[in-house]
Amino acid sequence: MITVVVNDTPRPTRRGETIADLLAVLDVPSRGVAVAVNGEVVRRADWPAHRLLDGDRVEVLTATQGG
Amino acid sequence: MDDRFLLGGVEFGSRLILGTGGASSLQSLEQALLAGGTELVTVALRRIDPNTPAGLLDVLERCGVRLLPNTAGCYTAADAVRTAHLARDAFDTDWIKLEVIGDERTLLPDAVELLRAAERLVDDGFTVLPYTTDDPVLARRLADLGCAAVMPAGAPIGSGLGISNPHHIELIREAVRCPVILDAGIGTASDAARAMELGCDAVLLASAVTRAADPVAMAGAMRHAVVAGRLASQAGRIPVRRHALASTAAEGLPAW
Repeated sequence: MITVVVNDTPRPTRRGETIADLLAVLDVPSRGVAVAVNGEVVRRADWPAHRLLDGDRVEVLTATQGG
Repeated sequence: MDDRFLLGGVEFGSRLILGTGGASSLQSLEQALLAGGTELVTVALRRIDPNTPAGLLDVLERCGVRLLPNTAGCYTAADAVRTAHLARDAFDTDWIKLEVIGDERTLLPDAVELLRAAERLVDDGFTVLPYTTDDPVLARRLADLGCAAVMPAGAPIGSGLGISNPHHIELIREAVRCPVILDAGIGTASDAARAMELGCDAVLLASAVTRAADPVAMAGAMRHAVVAGRLASQAGRIPVRRHALASTAAEGLPAW
């Protein structure tokens, strides 16, 4: 197991897990979601292939009222 | 009268842009958006939270509005650029309401960071709508960078103070060719009408509607105010005089 930090919360994660795997577990909405890993935007198209590494800081964001 | 509102190459029938912040429920928000007749609506990006009711995007889709993601809460150009890229990926739009805040008390923009972020985002192919101060020089600099509009604050966000410096809003209208959208400070319908009379092409407001005692009624008021102000701005108002000018002819007055 490795640990990734998702929205500031440490989360034990299987080695080799991708962003798409993580989002499936988190049960995120099907649209209006964006992801950054270690401050870098990871585009939606890259989610299935982007494997998470130990210590990665992941931000998972979604639409909210504002502006 | 042909009075199309073109923004970022898109034609809009409504000159009222509504923010979604501050609404007490999605149901009240939906009713207010419909009452306002808006076609462009802001949304923000925040960390996913299981306790936040889902369905905002469904509401906006039902209302048939176009999304304008914002970079609210960003204090540096780097943060705003990153947020804009995240929003592009989340919402499939390259439109961005660019906010780079410089001060927590006033929430007024940081001019230096704003210019940096605007330049970068224009280069990255975004349709950039910057929230700016009412400084005509800064507005011109933003327009020169290729922003699709400039959006000066009438007064601080959420203050309801109206338009603190109407003269500067007029100067901004003269200084740039792109659309000018009054953004922030609107408290009530007369403020929105005034913005349009000063020559603004549209008005963006949120709190004035979402935090009103009756958001639906206020959204309707704003819809009419924007139309009234626009018509008045095009109608050629009478000059202001210090003394009266009789509207009834003096000729033919009987002599007693």
